[in-house]
Amino acid sequence: MTATLVKETSPPAPPGPVAERTRRLRRRGKIVALLFVFPALLLLGALVVYPVLFSVGRSFFDASGTTFVGGDNYTEMFRDPATLKAVRNTAIWVVVAPALLTGLGLILAVLVEKVRWATAFKLLLFMPMAVSFLAAGIIFRLAYDEDPDKGVLNAAVVSVHDAFKGESSYPTARARDGQGLTKEKDGSYRSAAAAPGDALTLGLVGVQPADLPGDARPAAPAAGQKAAADELRGVVYLDFTPGGGGEQGKVDARESGLPGMKVEAVRDGEPVATATTAADGSFRFEGLESGSYAVRLPASNFAPPYEGVSWLGPALVTPAIIGAYLWIWTGFAMVLIGAGLSTLPRDALEAARMDGANEWQIFRRITVPLLAPVLTVVFVTLVINVMKVFDLVYIIAPGPVQEDATVLATQMWLVSFGGGNNQGLGSALGVLLLLLVVPAMVFNVRRFRRSQR
Amino acid sequence: MNAVRRSLGNGVVQAFLVLVGLVWMTPLAGLFLSSLRSAEDTAKGGWWTVLSSPGQLSFDNYSALLQNAGITRAFWNTVLISVPTTVLVVVVAALAGYAFAWLDFPGRETIFLVVVALLVVPVQIGLLPVAKLFGQLGLFGTIPGVVLFHVAYGLPFAVFLLRNYFAEMPKEMLEAARMDGGTEWRIFTRLVLPVGRPAIASLAIFQFLWVWNDMLVALLFADSSAQPLTVELQSQIRQFGSNIDVLAPGAFLSLIVPVVVFFAFQKHFVQGVMAGSVK
Repeated sequence: MTATLVKETSPPAPPGPVAERTRRLRRRGKIVALLFVFPALLLLGALVVYPVLFSVGRSFFDASGTTFVGGDNYTEMFRDPATLKAVRNTAIWVVVAPALLTGLGLILAVLVEKVRWATAFKLLLFMPMAVSFLAAGIIFRLAYDEDPDKGVLNAAVVSVHDAFKGESSYPTARARDGQGLTKEKDGSYRSAAAAPGDALTLGLVGVQPADLPGDARPAAPAAGQKAAADELRGVVYLDFTPGGGGEQGKVDARESGLPGMKVEAVRDGEPVATATTAADGSFRFEGLESGSYAVRLPASNFAPPYEGVSWLGPALVTPAIIGAYLWIWTGFAMVLIGAGLSTLPRDALEAARMDGANEWQIFRRITVPLLAPVLTVVFVTLVINVMKVFDLVYIIAPGPVQEDATVLATQMWLVSFGGGNNQGLGSALGVLLLLLVVPAMVFNVRRFRRSQR
Repeated sequence: MNAVRRSLGNGVVQAFLVLVGLVWMTPLAGLFLSSLRSAEDTAKGGWWTVLSSPGQLSFDNYSALLQNAGITRAFWNTVLISVPTTVLVVVVAALAGYAFAWLDFPGRETIFLVVVALLVVPVQIGLLPVAKLFGQLGLFGTIPGVVLFHVAYGLPFAVFLLRNYFAEMPKEMLEAARMDGGTEWRIFTRLVLPVGRPAIASLAIFQFLWVWNDMLVALLFADSSAQPLTVELQSQIRQFGSNIDVLAPGAFLSLIVPVVVFFAFQKHFVQGVMAGSVK
């Protein structure tokens, strides 16, 4: 082989032996070449090509592998509710995740060009690609925890909710029947009719002394005060004396006020004034016109605390896991699209800018159409990867919700190895996964052949 | 007017990107801070409470982790799986890549197209048949079994990447070397490998991280004495919530190696991933 070229350039020699020698050398060259590719071909043949053929064959046999069942495993796939669920979820993944990622990656790639710390930003967003799905799964199991005291997402959701809706202070409080407060349909409490100059004592029960706010003070001193002529006042107190004693419906010496309670003065069914109780549970409405009023404790005081969103419940588990997937892959989409962006002709963009096109028009009419090939590659890559998603679903979905989150890859695992032990159906699911990526296979082969011309 | 609007727009863009950056960092920061808190503190409140009481932080979980025989053995198993896999993939793929690029043998084009087609074959389809095969060969459950499986499924991309890189080498360079009487083996080791170093580095880093992070393959092919960190941690996920003091530092231990490798070789890694798009 090595001598071939030398021979050709050397002076003419007797034809017979040279031709013989060239042939021998060429054969030796072929043997050397085969030695170079042999290890790769052996491994690919034994562990990739043979398993594909085996799985295709195995998918036509039943669970035990002894009886030929034709296409039964493939029809079973769309009849068995669990597998059908997996097919549906995979469809959701394929429709939602690549589109979101490509869009997000495009927006970020365009925006990050405008700042000076683009490299640092790209590195930060790309880094999750280096993190295992397992670690990412644990990270998001933590973040999605339903308890607002554990999961950061629900902590944020609850604090935003409470900032707008107000935090309810006394979810367990209630009034005893027949002691001045009547429960309305909407969960609020209403006092008997009162007029300016009256002082009311509104007793509630059902609050554990330990749950009282730290600044709560005894209500008795405030309860004894008289109201001015244009004033309606009173106390809201806990009608319960710790350690026993005390009289129901009366503010006893050691009974605590309920601070932070919202109170409304209502006239003809409309609230005309609002107040919040002080540390001793007292409230006052000043400057009221004479007439008949009632005092109302709105339902928001008694609403059960907002617990946030059940991210990993059956309804939201798939969107939640897709969210974790976005965390991992957005950087990939952004960097790949950004690389395409940097090859765009600068002068076309500048010319458009000179002609007075705004950024949005440039983005819509020039950037996106020119980037179409790159966007296709990113999208196709993501579709292929999304179809094979396994670890994230396996880790993030809690045991009881697994079947709501299941996708083809996890279902294939469960059916074949995780207790299902039906290797016929498992093989069929594997073949389905393979069939789904065949278009990508064709795309790759075509693209390669085109690049070789 | 236009300039004002543009700089205002830029301020909005900066603010938006800072926000995105913070959102991206929060989950990882949450894991790290969680890994430094005791089980009691974790039961009481979220990791963000350390912002007001930093006294909760300590490395006790990590020292406990290093005393944990299951975790340390799993860590070494991860090393014993990912390093040999990386070396083997690089060597086998470089040999084949060179042959596909520059050597002549029957069926070269067709076989290479098959390799290109194999790029997207999902790992899942190999699990069952290879498990049976390894069972017969006595490789099932062992580290060499896990390694071989990873090598085989890493090869299509590796061969594809290196063949394309090698094919770009100038023809004259190779012919000159051949005329000097170098054997193919000599040319391969002395010329092709050094010239191909950038592609080989990208491939090696990409492959290393891929295998280091794998869970699925090891979940099936590694028995309890061969299982890597990912599988060891996965087996404890059932008690999630009560064992954050083990899972969080464990996950951090498992991700710190890839993240350090990523920052050390980010250029190579990004190139490797980009070359692997449509895989």
